[in-house]
Amino acid sequence: MPPYPLNYHHYVEGLKAGRLPGLKCRDCGTVFTPPNGVCVNCSGRSLVLADLIPRGTIRTFTVIRVSPEGFAPPYIVALVELEDGPFVLGNLEGFNPDLAGLDLIGRPVTVGQRIFPKPEDQSGVDGAALTFSLSD
Amino acid sequence: MREVVILGVGMTKFGISELTQKEMFVQAALEALTESGLEGRDLEGLFIGNVLGDYEEGQLNIAPFLGHEIGLPTSAPSTRFEGACASATVAVRNAALMVAGGVHDLVLAGGTERTAIMGTPLATKTFAMGSHAEYERWAGITFPGVFAMVAHLYASKYGMPLKELKECMAQVSVKNHYNGARNPLAHFQKEISVEKVLSGPMIADPLQLLDCCPFSDGAAAVVLAAADQFKGQVKKPVTMAGMGQASAGAIIHQKDLTRIKAREASIAAAYRQAGIGPGDVDVCELHDCFTIAEIIASEGLGFFEFGRGAEAARRGDTALTGRIPINPSGGLKSKGHPIGATGAAQVYEIVKQLRGEAGPRQVAGAKIGVVDTLGGDFSTVCNLVLRRN
Repeated sequence: MPPYPLNYHHYVEGLKAGRLPGLKCRDCGTVFTPPNGVCVNCSGRSLVLADLIPRGTIRTFTVIRVSPEGFAPPYIVALVELEDGPFVLGNLEGFNPDLAGLDLIGRPVTVGQRIFPKPEDQSGVDGAALTFSLSD
Repeated sequence: MREVVILGVGMTKFGISELTQKEMFVQAALEALTESGLEGRDLEGLFIGNVLGDYEEGQLNIAPFLGHEIGLPTSAPSTRFEGACASATVAVRNAALMVAGGVHDLVLAGGTERTAIMGTPLATKTFAMGSHAEYERWAGITFPGVFAMVAHLYASKYGMPLKELKECMAQVSVKNHYNGARNPLAHFQKEISVEKVLSGPMIADPLQLLDCCPFSDGAAAVVLAAADQFKGQVKKPVTMAGMGQASAGAIIHQKDLTRIKAREASIAAAYRQAGIGPGDVDVCELHDCFTIAEIIASEGLGFFEFGRGAEAARRGDTALTGRIPINPSGGLKSKGHPIGATGAAQVYEIVKQLRGEAGPRQVAGAKIGVVDTLGGDFSTVCNLVLRRN
């Protein structure tokens, strides 16, 4: 039985080490993150580990003002297209949510991460969200 | 496959209920059975939409308990379906397929949900469980947030000033409240104004409170049967003319969120089976969990070109007397959104419309109706085409 190509634990550990871990398909050349069981483009199974370039462009966003339990609104959630092609979801940081307008769309960002340590009484692994910072 | 007809429908009032999920479902199911001239002992299977019954009431495996409540024989399998907000539509489709395929001749499908009991923080958290647990949840995304991102992208992609888009979105809410005010089963039965929508508190920019559907309690039920045996059972059977269901991955993989690929695939299959196109549809109940959701659904179902749904809503094309009346029930926005029951309630409304029994919200002469239900952040879409027999 083949191993899962890049499991969540290894993905989060890669983020902690300052990388943006993902996969590259040997069949069609697609580079993607977050991980998936097979290639997101062609369903190919021949996947190798590949770090992605941690840069991208904001495609859309919102300011969350009513949040799930455990989050402190207001904060910005953005959908970013990475230079390598895939879209990722994360939080735009270092920007006042009350100043967020449509002109954010198209702005370039660099990608980082924020770790959510797992509660000590639970199994599983730490959680991680991607973070974005405007780079222009 | 065999022709499938809907014999009867039932639905509770949506809103805040003191009844449990089971008790609400019994009301809806017995109404549907009464309309059909049947009893629970006649049924061969139960197909139930229910999403968060475990968080709401601590109840798992609810389907067999519901079957027992309404008197199904032990030989009749009762099964819960979970496709987030599309759960009941998926249940109805699977019920119809079981009849079409000859496994059963007579079944009941529906859904029940008691979301309001959770309170807003827990409800917001559990609803957000429909997003990808590892790769989306930690960003603190919510369902309003996902559709808020759609609205910003819509304005950006089509070069529409956000202020103008928000006025179109507000008109969707005003229209659905107008319709809901004419539906005695709706959660909110009062008309509102564009000014009121635009002055509400912000939930997720640019969505304000009245751009969002409420958390509701409710249940709905549908009796489905093989046409060759049961068509004469009731005066006005409604034919299940077409069905579709499609699935997609997390929103990060869907990229252009103004185009819901699962919807486009699902409705294409439903139209193809029914042998119709969007121009043949007289009335539609679609998934308006947020005002922008109705706009992109009206495009994805083929009623308007992509990028034109917003101005069509503002023009009144989707009003009760418009070119394609959308959500005559009041939709999720005004009728309410008990997630696991919503799809069956959409079927309820279309059946009433096709029978000409919708009272002050009747779409004149409706012969063909479409149901559109979306589950999760665009990952499940299920569509039904119903036709007056």
